[in-house]
Amino acid sequence: MAQSDVLLKLKGVKTYFFTDEGTVHAVDGLDFQVRRGETLGIVGESGCGKSVTSMSILRLLGKTGKVIEGEIMFDGENLLDLSEEEMRKIRGNRISMIFQQPTTCLNPVFRIGEQIIEALQIHQGLSGEEANKRTIELLTLVGLPDPVRRMRSFPHEISGGQAQRVMIAMALACNPELLIADEPTTALDVTIQAQILDLMRELREKVNTAIILITHDLGVVAEMAENVMVMYAGKAVEYAPVHALFEAPKHPYTQGLIASTPVLGNVRDELETIPGQVPSLLNPPAGCRFASRCAHKMDQCTQEEPPLIKLEGDRLVRCWLY
Amino acid sequence: MTVSNSTSENLLEVRNLKKYFPIKGGLMRRTVAQVKALDGVSFSIKKGETLGLVGESGCGKTTTGRTVLRLIPPSGGEVLFEGQDVLKASSSRMRTLRRDMQIVFQDPYASLNPRIPVGQSIAEGLTIHNIGTPKERLDQVAQVLDRVGLNSGHMRRFPHEFSGGQRQRIGIARALVMQPKLIVCDEPVSALDVSIQAQVLNLLNDLQKDLGLTYLFIAHNLSVVEHISNRVGVMYLGRMVELASRDQLFRKPMHPYTKALMSAIPLPDPTIKRDRIILEGDVPSPVNPPSGCRFHPRCWLAQDICKHDDPIFEEKEPGHFVACHFAQG
Repeated sequence: MAQSDVLLKLKGVKTYFFTDEGTVHAVDGLDFQVRRGETLGIVGESGCGKSVTSMSILRLLGKTGKVIEGEIMFDGENLLDLSEEEMRKIRGNRISMIFQQPTTCLNPVFRIGEQIIEALQIHQGLSGEEANKRTIELLTLVGLPDPVRRMRSFPHEISGGQAQRVMIAMALACNPELLIADEPTTALDVTIQAQILDLMRELREKVNTAIILITHDLGVVAEMAENVMVMYAGKAVEYAPVHALFEAPKHPYTQGLIASTPVLGNVRDELETIPGQVPSLLNPPAGCRFASRCAHKMDQCTQEEPPLIKLEGDRLVRCWLY
Repeated sequence: MTVSNSTSENLLEVRNLKKYFPIKGGLMRRTVAQVKALDGVSFSIKKGETLGLVGESGCGKTTTGRTVLRLIPPSGGEVLFEGQDVLKASSSRMRTLRRDMQIVFQDPYASLNPRIPVGQSIAEGLTIHNIGTPKERLDQVAQVLDRVGLNSGHMRRFPHEFSGGQRQRIGIARALVMQPKLIVCDEPVSALDVSIQAQVLNLLNDLQKDLGLTYLFIAHNLSVVEHISNRVGVMYLGRMVELASRDQLFRKPMHPYTKALMSAIPLPDPTIKRDRIILEGDVPSPVNPPSGCRFHPRCWLAQDICKHDDPIFEEKEPGHFVACHFAQG
């Protein structure tokens, strides 16, 4: 096969934001890859750099942010070398994205159908009639009730769950090779979240798109991902297949994260906590960034940053314990 | 409908509470319809107990918390605090009642005044109620700050100098300084990251143990509610559909909505494969709630009777209340 199995590969990516207060090291040396058809979960808490990672891949960082180092290879091409125009042909076409707040991502003054038709006409050069037909197909695919009539609705006329279905339809419109879903169900109620996760699983089988699923919810990751990358303060701290990660988390941060999550049907007197808080990324501490909150801290941890250490079974962990 | 017969040990009793919000429309801004945010909700909370209220957006759980405290006037029903009707209390009586009933809000960013130091925010209740001298107030603020895991040095700082978790601790300190008997916690940990959420949940638990506090704990996250509550009520579209002790509710849910809600939660364990109940459609509008049982359009057990007859909220097993024609364990 001529096509390589690896669809996306990040090498030493550093994304910094240059603000009035100083340089924020939001993503500070990130390596990972996504194979075709794979679902990779990225987990971490606020400010760990998971969303900045996705924005870096799509080059949507705004004025203050910049990828200052590294390579983002997509299907053999470095996305960082592309012109803005070439990039525009990739966004929404070969790589598309679903965001957390579906209602704010739709243009409020255009009908839902028009917004999907626009993407189809620009990227796939379909005629108005073809695009119209394809939009109805897509809205049916994502389970929107009464798609022909719904196409004529404005975003404010549909519920959050329906808006997320529309966003997914739009994201899938051009059969993307990679779908980045950034907290796709966080703003939704649990019963609606269950519908959307179910839909994403079903579509993954049908269209074989690779998915990067960004979330803070360990439950969502456990259910959806094949492999998981855990991020902390701009760095990947652990990488593992999903079963291995939940069975035996290796990094103290991952262990703390799992132990501090209340689990339905498993009541404990006291939840484990991770003391302290995430360090500022304006001046990240030397050595391991988790050291100040870690129960296993050694002298070495504050002096030298641990590399990603390879463990058995396709696992990587950034910790001096191993 | 009596949810509990023993009034004496109940700190709070809520009976048939209703809140309708008018929708104004037309040229004359007349009331054209009503949002039935709360439509006859009853429950009680014993002293020292935590009652969890769960449900999805728009089910009325926040409105319940606010009407109980009379932060918004209800449209009907009774709220008894230590046997006295809160809704009928005179304004002077209400002032003393407010000291006993405090609230912690969801968004620690929005609920603190950004322009005054947090010490002053915490002392505000004491000042308003004329409790102690300024010096004594200062001491009390220092004490509660210490109690919630901050220190007196934090008093002079402004809200923006704190992290989300610390701000929620300040929110708790502000409630605590009044030495309340009841605290309504309205989604107190929803805005926080899990590792910080665990810290705040443990703090709330410790405070309850040490000070004998009673909580009405409102949240959409079932795992969090299971962790902290003694009893749990499940709300749907302005109604309480199930109310039971924590163990009864989570081990043997009887209402189909409760079952669906529980099965919908993704568990952080990839080895578990569950038969998930996926509800179809969205929650209907509370302006025009469905006839009969409000859950019937989404319920897989629904029969004809569910379309016509509103099921009674009744005790199917000791201490286990359900509103469903086909409730089963």
